[in-house]
Amino acid sequence: MKPRRGSFATPGRDQEARRATGFRRRALLIGAAQIGAMGYLASRLYRLQITEGGRYATMAESNRVSGRLLAPPRGRIIDRAGVVLAGNRLNWRALLIPEETPDIAAALDAFAQLVPLPDHERARVEREMHKHRRFIPLMLREFLSWEEMARIEVNAPDLPGIVVDLGTTREYPFGPKFAHMVGYVAPPNEADVAADPLLSLPGMRVGRAGIEFSQEASLHGSAGSVQLEVNAVGRVIREISRTEGQRGADVALTIDAELQQNVLDVLGDESASAVVLDARNGEVLALTTTPSFDPSLFNSGVSGAQWKEWTSNRAAPLINKATSGLYPPGSTFKMAVALAALEARTLTVNDHINCPGYLDLGDTRFHCWSKNGHGMLNLRGGLKNSCDVFFYEVARRTGIDKIAAMSHRLGLGVPLDIELPGVRGGLIPTREWRMARGHAWNIGDTIVTGIGQGYIQVSPLQLATYVARLSTGRIIQPHLVRAVDGRMRAGADAADWPVLDIPERDLRAVREGMWAVVNEQGGTAPIARLANPVVQLAGKTGSSQVRRVSREQREHGFKSENLPWEFRPHALFVCFAPYDQPRYSVAVVVEHGNAGAAAAAPLGRDIMQAALRLDPAARAGQKLALGDPRAAVPTGGAR
Amino acid sequence: MIVQPRLIRRPTVLITARLWRVNWFYVLLLCALASVGYVALYSAGGAPELYANRHIIRFAVALVMMLAIGMVDLRLIERLAWPLYGFSVGLLVLVLRIGHVGKGAQRWIMIGGQEMQPSELMKIALVLALAHWFHKASHERIGNPLFVLPPVLMILLPVGLILKEPNLGTAVITALLGGAVMLASGVRLWKFALVMIGAGIAAPLAYSHLHDYQRARITTFLNPESDPLGAGYNIIQSRIALGSGGMWGQGWLQGSQGHLNFLPEKQTDFIFAMIGEEFGFVGAAALMALLMLIVLGGVWIALRSRNQFGRLVALGISFNFFMYAVVNIAMVMGAIPVGGVPLPLVSHGGSAMLTVMFGFGILMSVHVHRDSTAESD
Repeated sequence: MKPRRGSFATPGRDQEARRATGFRRRALLIGAAQIGAMGYLASRLYRLQITEGGRYATMAESNRVSGRLLAPPRGRIIDRAGVVLAGNRLNWRALLIPEETPDIAAALDAFAQLVPLPDHERARVEREMHKHRRFIPLMLREFLSWEEMARIEVNAPDLPGIVVDLGTTREYPFGPKFAHMVGYVAPPNEADVAADPLLSLPGMRVGRAGIEFSQEASLHGSAGSVQLEVNAVGRVIREISRTEGQRGADVALTIDAELQQNVLDVLGDESASAVVLDARNGEVLALTTTPSFDPSLFNSGVSGAQWKEWTSNRAAPLINKATSGLYPPGSTFKMAVALAALEARTLTVNDHINCPGYLDLGDTRFHCWSKNGHGMLNLRGGLKNSCDVFFYEVARRTGIDKIAAMSHRLGLGVPLDIELPGVRGGLIPTREWRMARGHAWNIGDTIVTGIGQGYIQVSPLQLATYVARLSTGRIIQPHLVRAVDGRMRAGADAADWPVLDIPERDLRAVREGMWAVVNEQGGTAPIARLANPVVQLAGKTGSSQVRRVSREQREHGFKSENLPWEFRPHALFVCFAPYDQPRYSVAVVVEHGNAGAAAAAPLGRDIMQAALRLDPAARAGQKLALGDPRAAVPTGGAR
Repeated sequence: MIVQPRLIRRPTVLITARLWRVNWFYVLLLCALASVGYVALYSAGGAPELYANRHIIRFAVALVMMLAIGMVDLRLIERLAWPLYGFSVGLLVLVLRIGHVGKGAQRWIMIGGQEMQPSELMKIALVLALAHWFHKASHERIGNPLFVLPPVLMILLPVGLILKEPNLGTAVITALLGGAVMLASGVRLWKFALVMIGAGIAAPLAYSHLHDYQRARITTFLNPESDPLGAGYNIIQSRIALGSGGMWGQGWLQGSQGHLNFLPEKQTDFIFAMIGEEFGFVGAAALMALLMLIVLGGVWIALRSRNQFGRLVALGISFNFFMYAVVNIAMVMGAIPVGGVPLPLVSHGGSAMLTVMFGFGILMSVHVHRDSTAESD
């Protein structure tokens, strides 16, 4: 053995050789294991990158790209001449971007000095700030005025992180004047959002009433989309692609905005409703209900106090009385009774009936409105004098079922197919209807129905439809939508409507009676005569009792105007004009207006005069002025 | 016993002569790996200034240091094995007392303005100490269980300290590293089998003593989608990045996962995912091949050494490097729980690079002094 020197002193050379061999074996073993381990990882990498690569590429893409919807501007609602009844207004909004604001409290203070910012709004902003990422803008104030917007822009250097942004909001330029017909929009609820995710975008609204509700599908439009590249925290890096949405279609109504306003002026402060139809094609030219409400209040949310005021008001401003208000038609129903009798041949044009002022049936006495009676009357005289006894007798002869069938054909007591929600059908009572409620039909029920009293209930829209049908002899359907997106709907032409299966002779007899009501000496509504002698108006008054008048009241000189308001009779008037070539039909109902001749007929005359003067139907041939769709409002973008 | 006269090359004294003996091909491989790091960090930072330039400057400094260490006589290194082991254990104790907390564990310590993890240095010190121990052992003595016991304790002491930091990943790597050196030194295979069985029994026990974040790591690993925005997020995003790379990748600077920050820690632990995303399977596999060349180059240096210390040191150091690479890649692919292990010479970060290059310096010294034998002088 050599002396050990140096630090590598180890067992002998032989030992060393054995160790080297042993090490070589182990080192190769370890090296092989290392190659194996790395090879295994490479094979897994192959599976990850090549075999499953497509799946991960998709995941990377969905990581990278975030699609956002673009809200389309809502279609406008315009009248037949293109006047905007519901449009979109630019809405200046002040937004705060927290990450760009070094001192948020100071920025809010500076902002509050320019634009009022109530404490609860400020508290909301501070609350929301902690809920979102710092680059997501928070809404400070909506509906800024131009001055406020300008003030913020001018002071921009003092307001770091506060920006002004442009959105849109629904606007009703006429306020309450078209509220019942046009309806209103409101923020979507959870069910709406679940049905259409587009509605979750800020600023989106859904129609809740009127045309806004019934034409939602057209007005709504379709969403655009924008593909954005976002990073891991959701910040937008750049826009990849953009598809503009389809703006909502403009809906053109049959309404004439000017006529509507004229009608409202005529109705004044009454709790009333008036409908003007183009008698030849059923276009609704005016559909008014007073009092009304401001539809824009629903856009931002109705306060509790406001809601309470509306619902407690006995004049029911939220109800569309023209389509959903139901009233006994009173004497305005007599034309339907007459037409039923003429068709059933229980009455001819020349038959005479005596009116002694009452009709006795068993031990019940039915009074005529004229205490002393009208004497011998034919149909024309019966209508002209609105003789109750005449129609008691006619109704008795004809029977309720024939009267009901005729009424339905004329549009009374049936739901009309108009583009509004909540339209009520009313009721023409029949034997069957009475039986279904466990009562036998009474002949007395037929007799009171003959003068439009009792169980019978119709809406002003039905009355206008009824007069339009009997004046033109066509089964027109009242309708409100004239064109969508510039494309006319069917129904604007009289030939679109079927002819009423009633002999012209019968219709003429009834029309003559209505003419006599207004234009003949001794008629019930000479007050409704038009000033222009060339154009004549034919009409019929009606007063429908809300309460039965007892014998004692009658004997003690009963005067309905002495009753409390809600017990007074409703005043009604229906008419059409011109008499020789009917164009317009009008129905007016003044709630608790007492007497049709005094309270409703003058209003009907004024409305008809306005209709004839403005003559909206004459403009039917004109091309619709729809305006430039692009002119409306820029799309509410992804901001 | 007849001793064949033999031409013994004296340990070279002249620096120029030693430089001649440096394995320059190996140095070239390391430079290639650092260049991959430069390219990847360029992309991770979006520009060279952020990470890439600092990385390459640091590498240049570390390369000089490595060559300098390569010139040091291996015998000196052997003499320093124990002091270094003691120093490293001391640092590990120190880090438990004064080290500062990063990501829920005490791992870091400041040394001369440079933050470092003592556990990195510990692994090299352990390799040296074990090599020193087995260098003196005859083949027969290794068969003696009493002789094998001290090195087991030498391994368990630092492993226990590292576990206490706590750093489960590094502890396991350290244990495996020690095991590899023992395996190379010729300890009987059945003893390893015994240890494996023991570990299998101990694992459930150990699990119950794990920290919550370590358990979370293991459960997340078993089912990454269970917590897609929490602990599993890193693994999912990393797999998406790799998977979307496909065969040829999305191109340099084009990886959406990395550049849109979906990929976490893309300049450090997850840089391999970014490389896989931008250069595809081809690029990632080429990088793996380069890493294997460096590992096997170390094994080759070990085989060429004519003394047991050099052999064990070279094998241990290359195994240490292999563990870094394999654990990092497996972690990025979601094959093992995430463990804060960088990809050596590619990931951004000074401490790891210095210790890795320190190790390679010793490896180079083994190569330079490969012909020193037990009987050298």
